[in-house]
Amino acid sequence: MITELGHFALILAALVACVQVIVPLIGAHKRWPGWMAVADPAANAQFLLVAFSFAALTYAFVTSDFSVKLVVNNSHTAKPLLYKITGVWGNHEGSMLLWVLILTLFGVSAAWFGGNLPPTLKARVLSVQSAIGVAFYGFILLTSNPFERMAVPPMNGRDLNPLLQDPGLAFHPPFLYLGYVGLSMAFSFAVAALIEGRVDAAWARWVRPWTLAAWMFLTVGIALGSWWAYYELGWGGFWFWDPVENASFMPWLIAAALLHSAVVVEKRESLKSWTILLAILAFGFSLIGTFIVRSGVITSVHAFANDPERGVFILLILAVFMGGALVLYAARAGAMEARGVFSPVSRESALVLNNILLAVSAFVVFVGTIWPLVGELILGRKLSVGAPFFNMAFTPFMVVLGLVLPVGAMLPWKRGKVGRVLRTLRVPLALAVALMALAFAMQTGRSALGPVGVFMGAWLVMGAAVDIWSKTGRGGNRIARLARLPRADWGKAVAHSGLGVTMFAIAGLMAWEQEDIRVAQVGEPFEVAGYTLTLRDVRQVQGPNFRSTMAEVLLSQDGKEISVLHPEKRVYPVQQMPTTEAAIDNGLLRDVYVVIGDSQKNGGWAVRTYFKPLANWIWGGAILMAIGGLLSLSDRRYRVAAGARKAAVQARGVPAE
Amino acid sequence: MKRLALILSLALAMFAMPALAVQPDEILDDPKLEQRARDISEGLRCLVCRNENIDASNAELARDLRLLVRERLLEGDSNEEVVDFIVARYGEFVLLKPTMTGGNWLLWAAGPLMLLFALGAGAVYLRGRARAQEPAQQDLSEGEQARLREILDE
Repeated sequence: MITELGHFALILAALVACVQVIVPLIGAHKRWPGWMAVADPAANAQFLLVAFSFAALTYAFVTSDFSVKLVVNNSHTAKPLLYKITGVWGNHEGSMLLWVLILTLFGVSAAWFGGNLPPTLKARVLSVQSAIGVAFYGFILLTSNPFERMAVPPMNGRDLNPLLQDPGLAFHPPFLYLGYVGLSMAFSFAVAALIEGRVDAAWARWVRPWTLAAWMFLTVGIALGSWWAYYELGWGGFWFWDPVENASFMPWLIAAALLHSAVVVEKRESLKSWTILLAILAFGFSLIGTFIVRSGVITSVHAFANDPERGVFILLILAVFMGGALVLYAARAGAMEARGVFSPVSRESALVLNNILLAVSAFVVFVGTIWPLVGELILGRKLSVGAPFFNMAFTPFMVVLGLVLPVGAMLPWKRGKVGRVLRTLRVPLALAVALMALAFAMQTGRSALGPVGVFMGAWLVMGAAVDIWSKTGRGGNRIARLARLPRADWGKAVAHSGLGVTMFAIAGLMAWEQEDIRVAQVGEPFEVAGYTLTLRDVRQVQGPNFRSTMAEVLLSQDGKEISVLHPEKRVYPVQQMPTTEAAIDNGLLRDVYVVIGDSQKNGGWAVRTYFKPLANWIWGGAILMAIGGLLSLSDRRYRVAAGARKAAVQARGVPAE
Repeated sequence: MKRLALILSLALAMFAMPALAVQPDEILDDPKLEQRARDISEGLRCLVCRNENIDASNAELARDLRLLVRERLLEGDSNEEVVDFIVARYGEFVLLKPTMTGGNWLLWAAGPLMLLFALGAGAVYLRGRARAQEPAQQDLSEGEQARLREILDE
C-alpha cells in the first residue's frame, strides 16, 4: 500500500512539475504576479511529494518488503540496517529517485531563499528547474520505475553488491548527486537570464552560491569515491581515469571554472556570455555523466544499468536541454555587453587564463573518455584510452595552473604588474625551490615527479598564506585584522592551499610508493620500507552476511610494536562474490597497506604490502578545498544579498552585526 | 533482467577479485627485468576486465599475459618488441596508451590544439577589453536607489 502511495506521489509530482513549467513562464512573460506566484507552492509541493515517494521506497527497503522487485534485487534480510537504507540508492532506479529528490530540493531552496530575486527572474528560474524535473520524472516513470511489484514474492532478496556495502561508498552517491544536480541551478539561472536578456553583477551574486555549493558537494563526493577505491579495491589505487570517474571530474573542472568566471561578472561586469556558456556546459557535463553511467555505451566498472533504451532517453534529455539552451544562447548572448575595462595583465586576465586551463583540461578528459567510441564508429578501430594517456595529456594543464595560480591570485584588478607580484611572492618562491632541491637531493635516481610535487605544494600553500597576509595592510595589529578579513578571502586561501596539498600528495605518493609481494610464512618476520611485518595467524570468521579469511599481521619498527592489522578476504555467499578488505595503518606521513591473498601450496600465504607516503593528504587536500568553498559560501555579502529584504522587515533598528 | 544482473555481477566480480594481481611465483629473479615487466604490464589492458591493466588484474587471462611478457623478456626482447608481440596477437585494444597512428593523432593533438585556439580567443578578448572605453556610468533608477539605501542602512 505504501509502495503504491509512493508511486502515486511521484506521478502527482510530475503533474505539478508540468504546471510549474508552464504557468510561471507565461506569468513572467505577461507580468502577471498571480501566475508567477504559482511557482512557490508548486516547488514546495513537488519537494514534499518526491520526499514522500523516497520515504516510501526507503520503508520498503528497511522492512525488507520482497514484493517490491527493486528490494528483491538489492537487499537481503541479513544485511545491516545502514546498508538496507543506502541500498535504496545503490541501484539504478533508486538512485534516479534520489536524483529527482535532490533536484526538487534545490528547486524548493530557490523558492525559500530567493525572496529578493526579481519576481520575473525567480519565476523563470523555477520554471526551468521544473522542466528538468519533468524530463527526469518521465525517465523514471517510463523506463525505470522503482516501485514495480513482483508477481510472486520470494522468501529473501539477492543482496546488495558487496562492494557497495561500505561506509565510504554508502555516502558517495548522495554527495555526487548533490553536486551534479546542484549544477542544474546554475543552468536554470543561466537560461532564465537568457530569457530575461539581462546579466549583471547581481545575477552573478545570486548564481555563485549555488555553484559554490554544487562544486563543494562534488568535491566531497569525488573524494569519497577515490578514498573508497583506495582502501577497498586492494592495491591502493585512488584514481583510475575510468569513464565514470571522468564523468564526475568534467563537471567538477567546469564548475571550478564557472566559480572563477562568476567572480569577474560580479566584480567587473565582464565575461558575462562566457559565464552563461559555462553554466550551461557544467550541467551539460552532468547530463553526459549520467548518460555515460547509465547507458553502458562506454563500458566502465560502475555501469550498473546497461540498458540501451534508458541510454536513448537520457541522450534525448541531453539533446533537448543542451540544444535548447545553446540555441537560446546563440540568439541572446550578443545582448550581454561587457562593461569592465582592464589591461592584459590584471586579475581579470588571470581568471581568463584560469578558465582556459580548466576548460581545456576538461575538454581533454572529454575527448579521451569518448575516444574509444569515436574509434569504433568512425575510425573502425577497437581502441582503449587508459590512465597512461590521461596522465600524459591532462597533467601538464594542472602543472601550469599550479604555477600561475599564486601570481594570478595576487594580481590587482584592472591593471597590474607581474614583477611586483613576484617580488611579494619571492619568499614562497625561494622556499619552494629550496624544498624541491632538497627533495631532489634526498631521493636518488627516481623520477622528477616527487620534487615537482614538493615545489607545487609549497608554492601554492605559501603563496596563499602570503596573499591573505598581504590583505591585512601595514602597521600593527595585523593578526587581529587577519581574523576580521571577509570569509571569502579565507575561503580562497584555504581552497587554494587544499589544491596545493592534493597536488603534493598525488605526486609524492606516485613517486615514493613502495611495494612488496611475497609468500609469508606464519611467524616469520619480513621487512618493507623500514618496517617489520609478521604474519601471526590466519583464521576463518563468519560475518553477518559474509564469510571471511582474516589474517593478523603485526606491524613494528625498530623492535617497537606499532599496530596489529587484520587484512581480510571476504566471500558474500548470496552474491557469490569475493572482496578484499585491506588493512591500513594510517599515519600522518604514510600509510602501511597490507592485503592477504591465497594460501600457497607449499605453506604460507601470499601477502602484499605497500608503503604509501602522503596517502591521506590527497583527501585532506580535497576536504580543505571543500572547507574553502564553505567559508566563501558563508561570506557576509551573500547573506546580505540573500536576506536583505527579510532582515530589513524583521530587524528594523537592530544592527545587523 | 536476470541475464543483465548476471553479466553485471560477473563484470563487477572480475574487477573486484581479491587483487593479488602479480602472484609471488610470477616474479622474476632479476629485479631489473622484473621492473621492466611491471612497467610494460601497466600499459597493457586486461582484455576481459573493464579498464584495468594486467598488472592490477586478477583475471586468468591477465596472469597469462603477465607470464607471456616475462617469458619474452627472458628471451631477450626489448620493451618495444614485447609490446609489439602482444599487440600482434591481441590487437591494439590491448594498449592503454593509444598509438599516434592514423586518426589517433587527433586524440593526442586535441588538447594542444584546443589550448592554442582558446589562448588565441582569450588574447583577442583581452585586447578588446583593454581598448574598450569605460561606459558612461548609468544612473540608478529610483527603485534601485531606494533598494541601495535599504541595504546600506542595515
